[in-house]
Amino acid sequence: MTPSEPFRAPASPTQSPGGGIGRGAEPPSAAILEVRNLVKHFPLGGGRVFGGMAGLVRAVDGVSFWIRKGETLGLVGESGCGKTTTGRCILQLERPTSGEVIFEGRDLTRLSPAEFRPLRRKIQVIFQDPYSSLNPRMTVGQIIAEPMAVHGIVPDRQARKARVPELLSRVGILPSLADRYPHELSGGQRQRIGVARALAMEPSLIVCDEPVSALDVSIQAQIINLLEDLQAEFHLTYLFVAHDLSVVRHISDRVAVMYLGKIVELADRQALYEDPLHPYTKALLSAVPIPDPALEATRERVVLKGEVPSALSPPSGCAFHPRCPIAVDECKRVVPELREIRPGHRAACILA
Amino acid sequence: MGALLEVRDLTTYFFTGAGVVRAVDGVSYDVREGETVALVGESGCGKTVSALSVMRLVAAPAGRIVSGQILFRGRDLLALDEEGMRRVRGREISMVFQEPMTSLNPVLSIGRQLTETVEIHLGMTPAQARGRAVELLGLVGIPDPGRRLAQYPHQFSGGMRQRIMIAMALSCNPVLILADEPTTALDVTIQAQILELMKDLSRRLGVAMLIIAHNLGVVARYADRVNVMYAGKIIERGTAREIYANPRHPYTLGLLRSVPRLDEPRKSKLDPIEGQPPDLMRLPDGCAFSPRCRYVVERCARDIPPLGAVSDGHDAACWVADRVGQEVRA
Ligand SMILES: Nc1ncnc2c1ncn2[C@@H]1O[C@H](COP(=O)(O)OP(=O)(O)OP(=O)(O)O)[C@@H](O)[C@H]1O
Ligand SMILES: Nc1ncnc2c1ncn2[C@@H]1O[C@H](COP(=O)(O)OP(=O)(O)O)[C@@H](O)[C@H]1O
Ligand code: SF4
Ligand SMILES: [Mg+2]
Ligand SMILES: [Mg+2]
Repeated sequence: MTPSEPFRAPASPTQSPGGGIGRGAEPPSAAILEVRNLVKHFPLGGGRVFGGMAGLVRAVDGVSFWIRKGETLGLVGESGCGKTTTGRCILQLERPTSGEVIFEGRDLTRLSPAEFRPLRRKIQVIFQDPYSSLNPRMTVGQIIAEPMAVHGIVPDRQARKARVPELLSRVGILPSLADRYPHELSGGQRQRIGVARALAMEPSLIVCDEPVSALDVSIQAQIINLLEDLQAEFHLTYLFVAHDLSVVRHISDRVAVMYLGKIVELADRQALYEDPLHPYTKALLSAVPIPDPALEATRERVVLKGEVPSALSPPSGCAFHPRCPIAVDECKRVVPELREIRPGHRAACILA
Repeated sequence: MGALLEVRDLTTYFFTGAGVVRAVDGVSYDVREGETVALVGESGCGKTVSALSVMRLVAAPAGRIVSGQILFRGRDLLALDEEGMRRVRGREISMVFQEPMTSLNPVLSIGRQLTETVEIHLGMTPAQARGRAVELLGLVGIPDPGRRLAQYPHQFSGGMRQRIMIAMALSCNPVLILADEPTTALDVTIQAQILELMKDLSRRLGVAMLIIAHNLGVVARYADRVNVMYAGKIIERGTAREIYANPRHPYTLGLLRSVPRLDEPRKSKLDPIEGQPPDLMRLPDGCAFSPRCRYVVERCARDIPPLGAVSDGHDAACWVADRVGQEVRA
């Protein structure tokens, strides 16, 4: 279903301090997406300047990573750290302040709307909230058929109608539900409709922004299994944004950890979970509850002090230093670079 | 230890135009002095309504406690008049709500909200009340409490608002706190902070807690005993160690097996519970879990299984609880 076009390998990355890609970190030629030094700053108060003292929300502050074709990159971090904004910049729903988003060899930030249009359907999104992301006035069938028409995926009206039940069955929804409205469905069913709508576009990359967070535990596993099956069947690539570290470990091949607009650690799944290098990653992992009281009774927990600081005025030096259990004086001054500490394992901590 | 709260066959329904919602359908549980008890189940299974029933705050006129007893220190709260209930509420039993933003008054400073309660309930003078408010904020870990009293709810983060809610719940030295998903809206690191804080306060002050959660993982570290709810009923209950190590109801087992776990090798495939929870207005005949159950036998679709003992202090409502137990041990 996904007619994967031949694509040009991205140009080799340039090195840059603070958040850039370090030496030995060339993206493989199989990279489908490469994000380089992505920055998104929001002027406070919708861009108005009060007495020349405009605040800037540093939502994304120099983020670089790549994703191989067919793999899943997990993006984790606490609320407000910039995960959704990163995803929206990739989807071109947000114009980056600076940086590059290279998809299948082309920098999307430099394309004109006309140049981007044919690419748009190839990058789809599944949102967290299955309630607000579906048009309440359209039937399930219309929700899935409409974008196919707009993008000319299946230009023929009859063929489009035939495609809807196929897609619905593929995501585990009875085709007879095509005439229902979103409010008549459960959260899990709505999320399946969201998946079907994305699939209808025959995408190659899907940004999954917390696709299971709003769902009940017993339904989460159903949707995760569905996403994995579809990935194998259609060679999809996922950027999987989530804050549940157990779910991210299950679904991801590699994982990036974000804190206040920056990636602080990036590694293969196994390396990140078994041998985390950044103190923030360690604290996040130790906060994950384990459903076993006997184990919990003996488990040490790093409880982080305080809260995530505001992206309006991030702390100096390493932004994590006020909460960091091992911070030294230097951490207040030096912005740690995301360095490759071991092959394929990067961390932004001077003590790592 | 004596039971502080004994809920007996509590039945709370909503009588709506579309039909009767059987939100809480014959629920019984205990909370003993100083203990932490969890009530766990998926959204819509009746957890909030069961806590609101204890406080007699179920939304009238649709919502009504149809039958049952709520014995608090031996007195039936359902027999109290509204004035008597007001004295219990907020003073002996207090509640921390699911959404801190909607339960704090946005137009009153948090200092005012804290002092008001203690002035009304404990008859403190304004000066005493202010001292108490500062003490409470300090207790829940708000830095610089004296200065922050003048601030309004929107000036605090989600985690801090939840701390303030806990401070308010503690203000009149209650013996029991009902905490409805106190951390669901928070980040994992803040979740850990709040739960550690609650556990610590409960130990230090001897307050008993009923913690409501939709996820068995969250409460494993904190609960002494666990009640699992499904479709308006408690379907399994026991000590936390029993419930997690030796579940006897297929739903509890399904909940435990469907989540990926950091302490176990990664599975290639997750093992979900198929289907979805029933509509409480149209419950299936027999066991409400039967349409989703892997262990279903013929009688399940006909007879409702009673909550019965499977071992000492461990109850399950399933016709084949023994078979489930054998399989878990195997
Ligand atoms: N349009 C906007 N204008 C101003 N600030 C914004 C805007 N969009 C996002 N932000 C800010 O940017 C930061 C990052 O937001 P983002 O939504 O990317 O976080 P997130 O990591 O997805 O968080 P969550 O886990 O809560 O979804 C936050 O401080 C947020 O308030
Ligand atoms: N005011 C109300 N009117 C009608 N139905 C309600 C009302 N409040 C709750 N319910 C229903 O009661 C059931 C239990 O709800 P609740 O106790 O809030 O669930 P939860 O376990 O998620 O806390 C649900 O089916 C819910 O829709
Ligand atoms: S009583 Fe029957 S349907 Fe219900 S949980 Fe037990 S086996 Fe399953
Ligand atoms: Mg987000
Ligand atoms: Mg609730």
